[in-house]
Amino acid sequence: MNYPYYRLPSFSRNAFIVWYRNILVWKKLIGPALALHFGEPLIYLLGMGFGLGAFIGEINDMSYLTFLAAGLVASSAMMTASLEGTYSVFTRMVPQKTYSALLATPIEIDDIMAGELMWCATKALFSGIAILIVATILGAVQSWSVLWVIPLIFISALCFTGPAIVIASMSRNYDFFNYYFTLAVTPMFVLCGVFYPVTSLPDFIQIIVYLLPLTHAIDLIRPLVAGTELHNPLLHISVLVIYTLAFYYVAVVMVRKRMIV
Amino acid sequence: MTNKPVVKAIGLSKSFGDKCVVRGIDFEVEQGKCFGFLGPNGAGKTTTLTMIEGVSPMSAGELEVFGYSLPAQGNLARARMGIVPQMDNLDPDFSVIENLRVYSRFFGLSGKVIENRIQELLEFMQLSERRDERPDNLSGGMKRRLTIARALVNDPDLIILDEPTTGLDPQVRHVIWAKLRELMQAGKTLLMTTHYMDEAERLCDELFIMDDGEILDKGSPAHIIHSHVEQAVIEVRGDIASAQQAIKNIAHARFETHGDTLFIYSNHIDEVALCIKDDITLSLFQRKCNLEDVFLRLTGRDLRE
Repeated sequence: MNYPYYRLPSFSRNAFIVWYRNILVWKKLIGPALALHFGEPLIYLLGMGFGLGAFIGEINDMSYLTFLAAGLVASSAMMTASLEGTYSVFTRMVPQKTYSALLATPIEIDDIMAGELMWCATKALFSGIAILIVATILGAVQSWSVLWVIPLIFISALCFTGPAIVIASMSRNYDFFNYYFTLAVTPMFVLCGVFYPVTSLPDFIQIIVYLLPLTHAIDLIRPLVAGTELHNPLLHISVLVIYTLAFYYVAVVMVRKRMIV
Repeated sequence: MTNKPVVKAIGLSKSFGDKCVVRGIDFEVEQGKCFGFLGPNGAGKTTTLTMIEGVSPMSAGELEVFGYSLPAQGNLARARMGIVPQMDNLDPDFSVIENLRVYSRFFGLSGKVIENRIQELLEFMQLSERRDERPDNLSGGMKRRLTIARALVNDPDLIILDEPTTGLDPQVRHVIWAKLRELMQAGKTLLMTTHYMDEAERLCDELFIMDDGEILDKGSPAHIIHSHVEQAVIEVRGDIASAQQAIKNIAHARFETHGDTLFIYSNHIDEVALCIKDDITLSLFQRKCNLEDVFLRLTGRDLRE
């Protein structure tokens, strides 16, 4: 008998149990988590937002502080989801054997994956909200439309979680993640418009950059933080959703193949 | 319901690529008894258990647990199972009591009833005083007891233990055996693997002797011993050639040499002893035959792996 590794992922309320287990662990480690979530954006916004902003002035009708804060909200969704989806998921899947413990109960591999997807996005949401709070205190947020950013952080994080879990599922050790971060996450962080408008890049690079999800997350989030006009929201959301669905499916299949032998 | 086997396997097989690990075994596990898979490392014991748990899909054959077909209905079967894995996989971020609470949630259990049950389990496994410690601060024996307690949160009908006492000191092993016997008295069905003969002999009502993916024999420990080896054995060390010479005319003596030791098996061991006991160059050790003799006879004395 062959296990149906390729069937579509199922969803049951057991996924929330897995999600809740991760929340409970996060609560235990809340001190360092909050230091990271609040400390890092504060340094970036103070240093680069004010320091660099003094030379740059305005970009796209907004202060550099606002421009950068919006970019960091999106990139933190990527960063947090990518870190949690690789290092933490791998820890639970392999050395810590949390998945094995879960699979000895009525919870199934699809529940674990759905729970992990929701959890990684939830953690990214915490991180994104922390940046929004810091940005608001520093005066970088220009409009109440910023509240729409909150669900968008979650959606953006979902689309970065899938690829991260795919990487975790094929990894034998933590060092393997260097490939992913060096070849995928860092290039997006630098090229997708966190620090400058992508229109400044050469045309052919712009084409590549628009195939990457972070560019679309930033195009959605930045106008809502700055209170400027939002262009093509459906296109950007569609890109994020397609990335989410495609990579989530691959991630579930890969983890099934790793865990169910 | 009571006559229906808890586990029923027909032609159960498992291959990993070209490597066949379990070769079409048939067995039934009846309610309220302790069943043991006994075999050397690599015999296919753990693989068989993971199939019974519904975690690992079989390559061929049929498997039913509580009448549920596995692996498709594994989640329904696991709701009534308690699983103690070979390697402890406790959650290092949670305390002892939190490990039990979180694990209860995996079965959809929470609230006052389960909280009382967790207190009972902590007392049953003598962990009440350590309830707030992290697993990293527990000894190996305590971790094992916690893992067993964790497997009991859902009040399972079938408890599966993969080498429950491997690597533990004798005191802890006796405590765990006593607890497992209490569970059997409460009507639970136990299914375990072990390569400890004393554990198998002490705990198991029925044994499946496994080697190389096959069940070589099954039955009660006493039955298995009687059907494969003589009543007693003398282990001889020293000038074993002269000892062999001394017993060569005793028809009922059967001997095997392994390493520097001669094993003389017989149903009339006193006659054998008479022939060699005066030879002071020999060191002799006389004992009743046990499962170890059966095990070595059936699976050979060569080192595995």
